[in-house]
Amino acid sequence: MKGTPLFLAQLAVAVVIIGFWQAASTTHLIGNPNNISFFFSTPLAVAAQVWKWFATGEIWRHLWITLWESILAFVIGSLAAVVIGFWFARKPMLAAIFDPYVKAANALPRVVLAPIFTLWFGLGIWSKVALGVTLVFFIVFFNVYQGVKEVNMTVLANARMLGMNERQLLRHVYLPSALSWMFSSLHISVGFAVVGAVVGEYLGAAGGLGYLIQQAEGVFDVAGVFAGMFVLAAFVLLIDWIVTLVERRLLVWRPEFSRSGR
Amino acid sequence: MTGIATGGPRAEFRQPTTGTPVAVDLDGVTIDFALTGGGAFQAVARADLKVGEEEFVAIIGPTGCGKSTLLNAAAGLLVPSAGGVRVFGVPLAGLNRLAGYLFQQDALMPWKTALDNVAIGLEVAGVRSSDAKERARAWLERVGLAAFGERYPHMLSGGQKKRVALAQVLIRDPRILLMDEPFGPLDAQTRLIMGDLLLKLWSDDRKAVMFVTHDLEEAIALADRVVVMSAGPAARIIGDFPIPLARPRDISEIKLEPRFQELHRDIWHMLKKEVLKAYGGMKEG
Repeated sequence: MKGTPLFLAQLAVAVVIIGFWQAASTTHLIGNPNNISFFFSTPLAVAAQVWKWFATGEIWRHLWITLWESILAFVIGSLAAVVIGFWFARKPMLAAIFDPYVKAANALPRVVLAPIFTLWFGLGIWSKVALGVTLVFFIVFFNVYQGVKEVNMTVLANARMLGMNERQLLRHVYLPSALSWMFSSLHISVGFAVVGAVVGEYLGAAGGLGYLIQQAEGVFDVAGVFAGMFVLAAFVLLIDWIVTLVERRLLVWRPEFSRSGR
Repeated sequence: MTGIATGGPRAEFRQPTTGTPVAVDLDGVTIDFALTGGGAFQAVARADLKVGEEEFVAIIGPTGCGKSTLLNAAAGLLVPSAGGVRVFGVPLAGLNRLAGYLFQQDALMPWKTALDNVAIGLEVAGVRSSDAKERARAWLERVGLAAFGERYPHMLSGGQKKRVALAQVLIRDPRILLMDEPFGPLDAQTRLIMGDLLLKLWSDDRKAVMFVTHDLEEAIALADRVVVMSAGPAARIIGDFPIPLARPRDISEIKLEPRFQELHRDIWHMLKKEVLKAYGGMKEG
């Protein structure tokens, strides 16, 4: 199934779920509608809330904060991971020494760091950026490390026979190989940057989508919570779409990206 | 000439046939590989081989006999455990800077277009990028790929990739060309065409060539000399046959000549025993 029929089928899923939700929260279909609308709100109330946020323009400030935190977390986390991943892959001794610490740090659930980061960096954006960085860093780090380690030996030998010195090998062979691995996890690492930002906001902030959801929850405003989740989902889908465009542009040399669509 | 394996027929021809300076001189080259479980595996034992400037030498032997290992020693990618390699009289230390190497497997950088792959050898040597690209374009035209410069390697067929690889190596104008079963992965027809292309490019500007193959017909059709290696381990050079067929040659036609068939019979007589030995060894192993 492709194109329009596929889109219609996808749309049908949403129509059925929202239709059921609307029916359950306004009629006696599965129980008292007052109870159900208290716990789940109603689609119309959620839509009204989303509409109000955009109509008053209140939402833009929060979206902007979350977007900015995500971008910073992604850029800082990736840069640090590329540099350290490269360094470790080229210096096996260093990698061996730090191996248990890298594993321990990666095993730690990052949420527990959030209060520490708030203490260190305050309630502003930087504590959220720090949380996002700890999530993004490890994904990119392991991929870059692997990418450098698994450089095709024939391509490497060929590049050396073509007269490349160490610096040129780094630029023309190791880096492209590592970046192709990094880009293969681009969707995941960008997703984690957003997760870091939103979770950080949720645990203590003065703005952002996570803050918005947390505020609504604080006053049992279920419609507000659901509206926040919908805006967040749309936001992540949009970012994911942009990542796909970037990926197609940068990985044209890979067979799976050269044809239109994926 | 100590340490040479017992001569096969015409062992006295272990000298360049062209009478020009020696480009590559392998002198008693022995190559051991350390095994992971301890101990060592001797791939090549005391190989002596001289390749003259402008001489095309094919090295043939059964699979796994260490032909490629010998080539890697000439390239400086492997350091012999004993013996030495001289390049135009100078002992080789590190990579062989005068040599171009054509690999059996895909060796193009997949993230660069065909044009960039060909130009890179000049660019890393300090040639201005625009000049390098211009010369790369000319080389792509020489190998018949003028219209394919913007393609990435995965968009090219096996034969086209080999053409790009050939241009990539030759654009640097190496004095020695090392080829490791370069046309091995190609189908029979493409191999013939690539062989003709190689001979055409080589005749324009004769370089010293070491061409490793396990295809005897290909070896005779291309080379000035065919060197036979014994079955491994501890493979030795056991035969050395000059190929006095006139050039220019047409690879698909030359096989019909009686002289070709005579040579084929002579060399195959020696090679066959080694091939059978190699298979016997595999069964026991």
